[in-house]
Amino acid sequence: MTSRKSVLVLGGSSDIGRATARAFAKAGYDVALAGRDAAALSPDAADLHARYAIEASTQVFDVLDIASFESFVAGLPALPDVVISIVGLLGVQQDAESDLVHATTIMRSNYEGPSLILGLFAQKFLGRGHGTVVGVSSVAGDRGRASNYVYGSAKAGFSAFLSGLRARASRGGVHVVTVKPGFVRTKMTEGMKLIGPLTVEAPVVGDAILGAVENKTDVIYVSGIWRLVMLIIKTLPEAVFKKLKF
Amino acid sequence: MTAVSGWGRFPVVDSEVVRPRSFGAVAEAVVAGSVARGNGRAYGDAAIGAVRTIGMTGFDRIRSFDPATGRIRVEAGVLLSDLIDTFGPRGFLPFVVPGTRFVSVGGAIAADVHGKNHHGEGGFGRYVDSILLRTGAGETIEISREQHSDAFFATVGGMGLTGVILEATMRLRPVVSGWIRERVIAASDLDAAMRALEASNSSTYSVAWIDCVARGRDLGRSLIYLGEHARTDELPEAADRFPVGGNPGLAVPVDLPSMTLNRFGVRAFNEIYYRMGARRAGSEHVVSLYPYFFPLDSIAGWNRIYGRRGFVQHQCVIPEAAARAVLGDILDRISKRGDASFLAVLKKLGHGDGLLSFPLPGYTLALDFPVKGDILNFLDEIDRLVVAAGGRLYLAKDARQSRATFEAGYPALSRFKAIRKSLDPAGNIRSKLSQRLFDEV
Repeated sequence: MTSRKSVLVLGGSSDIGRATARAFAKAGYDVALAGRDAAALSPDAADLHARYAIEASTQVFDVLDIASFESFVAGLPALPDVVISIVGLLGVQQDAESDLVHATTIMRSNYEGPSLILGLFAQKFLGRGHGTVVGVSSVAGDRGRASNYVYGSAKAGFSAFLSGLRARASRGGVHVVTVKPGFVRTKMTEGMKLIGPLTVEAPVVGDAILGAVENKTDVIYVSGIWRLVMLIIKTLPEAVFKKLKF
Repeated sequence: MTAVSGWGRFPVVDSEVVRPRSFGAVAEAVVAGSVARGNGRAYGDAAIGAVRTIGMTGFDRIRSFDPATGRIRVEAGVLLSDLIDTFGPRGFLPFVVPGTRFVSVGGAIAADVHGKNHHGEGGFGRYVDSILLRTGAGETIEISREQHSDAFFATVGGMGLTGVILEATMRLRPVVSGWIRERVIAASDLDAAMRALEASNSSTYSVAWIDCVARGRDLGRSLIYLGEHARTDELPEAADRFPVGGNPGLAVPVDLPSMTLNRFGVRAFNEIYYRMGARRAGSEHVVSLYPYFFPLDSIAGWNRIYGRRGFVQHQCVIPEAAARAVLGDILDRISKRGDASFLAVLKKLGHGDGLLSFPLPGYTLALDFPVKGDILNFLDEIDRLVVAAGGRLYLAKDARQSRATFEAGYPALSRFKAIRKSLDPAGNIRSKLSQRLFDEV
C-alpha cells in the first residue's frame, strides 16, 4: 500500500485506456488496468511503472459477465479513489440491423455492463464517503443517427445513467464524470473517415479525463467544438434530421 | 497502396502501409519487399517499403528502467521526445540526440544517428547494448556486441535492412538538469570556423551554423555553438531543474509557394541571424535543452516551407585531411549558384560504429535545397567532389545519390551485404532506398 491516490481503468487495453492510464500515472496515481486478458495488459502495467515509478497492476474484468461484478469489486486489493470505464464496442451497424445477437452485444457492452459496474463502484464510494466515477460515453449518444443508432442508443442510455448517478451521488461526496470524446484516432476508428479538425489523438483524451477528475467537471466534450456540433445536431427538427445522410 | 514520402517529401512513391499491433502481427506483416518505418523523419526513401511499409510507432512501451544505472529497455517505436520528457525530470537523457527529437529509437538505431557530441562521444548505436530483431528469414533474435555481433554491427546504421527492430536495451546519460551552458563563437570565414571547431574538441557539444549565402571574403562565415550540461548552481533564477518542452508552438499548415525562400529573403535572414549571433558571441549563457538541441522542432511541419515539390537534404562527410579544400569548393559553388539553403550545418565527426554508419573522422556539411530546376544535376557535381575526397553521403537524408557514389563511400558494403544475405536469404527486407542503391536488379 502506498499513500498515493489510485485509479482503476476498466478497458485498459484500448488506446484511450492506455492513454488515460499514462496521464494518471504521470500525475502520480497508482494504476490498476482491467480487461478480459490480464496477461495482455502486463506490458502496459510494466510501462507505467518504468516511466513514473508508481505501482501498476492488472485485473481480469469482463464487462459482459455481470454475475462476476460483485466478486470483482470485492476481490480488489483496495477500493480505488477513481474508477474509469472506457469499455465499449462500436460493432457494425449494418450487421446489428438484422443480427439480434450482435445488436445485443453492442447494447450490453456500451450500456448495461458499464452502467452496472460503475453503479456498483458508486455504491461502495458512497459508503466510504468519497470517490470519483468516470464513464466514457460518446457524442453518438446525443442523438440517434441512421449510421450508428444501435451503438448510439446504448451510449445514450449510459449517458442518462451517469447523469442520474451524478445527481444522486453528489450528495454523498462522490463525483461522476461523463466523457464524450468525439472522433479519436484509435484502433476502433482505424480505417474510418474522420474529419481532421474534429479528431483528436488518444493522449488528448487521457489528459482531458485527468483534468475533469481533478477539477470535478461533470460532462466533458474532449474537443470543445463537439459541444457546438452536437448542439446543432440535437436542435435540428426531426423532419429535417431524418433526411440527413450520416 | 498509399502515396508515401519521407520528411523531405521527395520522392513520393506508392507502398502499402500496415500498422501491426503485436510482434506476432509484425512477423506476419513481413512479406517480400517490406521495411519498418518509425516516425518518418528519414528525409528520402529509406523508410518506405519496396512493397510494404510496416509502421512501428504503435510500439511505444518502456519495458523496464533501472534508475540506479540508467539502463532502459524500450519498444522500437518509442520516440526520443518521449524518453526526454519522461526521464529528463528523473535525471536521465539519451546520450545522443539528432537535430529533431521526434525520431523513434528503432529509426535512431537504423540510421545510427549522430548529435552535436559525435566528435567526442560517438553515435546513437554506441549506447545501445542489445537489439531484438525480427529477421527477414523469420527468426527473432537478440543481438549485441557479444551475441550475433555481425548482425549487431550490420543493424546499427543498417537502415532497417537487416530486419525489423522490435526492442532495444540502451543506456541513458545521468544529468543533473535539463539545461545547457552555451557559448557562441562568431567565425568570419571557413578557416576560422574550422579552427574554432578544432579548438573546441573537448567541448561536449559543438556545431556550426554556416551562412551559405556569404561569398568571397565572407565565404563560410559561421556561428559556432558550444554546449555543456549545466550544473544546478548555473540554472537561471527560479528555473525548474528540468524545463518544459511542450508541443510545437508554431505550425506550417500548408505548403508554402516554393518562391517563399528566395535568395534575397534568405540573404536578409542570414545577415540578421549572423549579426545577432555575433553580438552574443563570447559570453556564456544557460539555455533549455529543447532550443539548444532541437531549434526546428518548435515549428511543426517545417518541411512544408519548401513547397509542394519537397526538398532534398544533402549531407556529406569529408575526411579531415581533405576537408578544408573540398568544403571551400562546395560552399563556393553553392554561393555562386545562389540556391538558397535555409539550413546549413557544419560539424566535426568521429568514428562510426556500424558497418554502414555515416560518420567518419572529418567534417560533415548538411544543406537543404528545394526540388526544382537542375538541382539534382548540381548535387551530382557535388557528389563527385565528395567521392574524390574519400567522403560519403548520409543515407538517412538521401533521396537521390547514385549507386556509384554510394559504393565508393561505403567500403564495408560487401561485408554488410554478406551479413544481410545470411539473415535474409530470400531478400524479403527491401526498401525503396535498398532498391535504388543495394539490390540486384
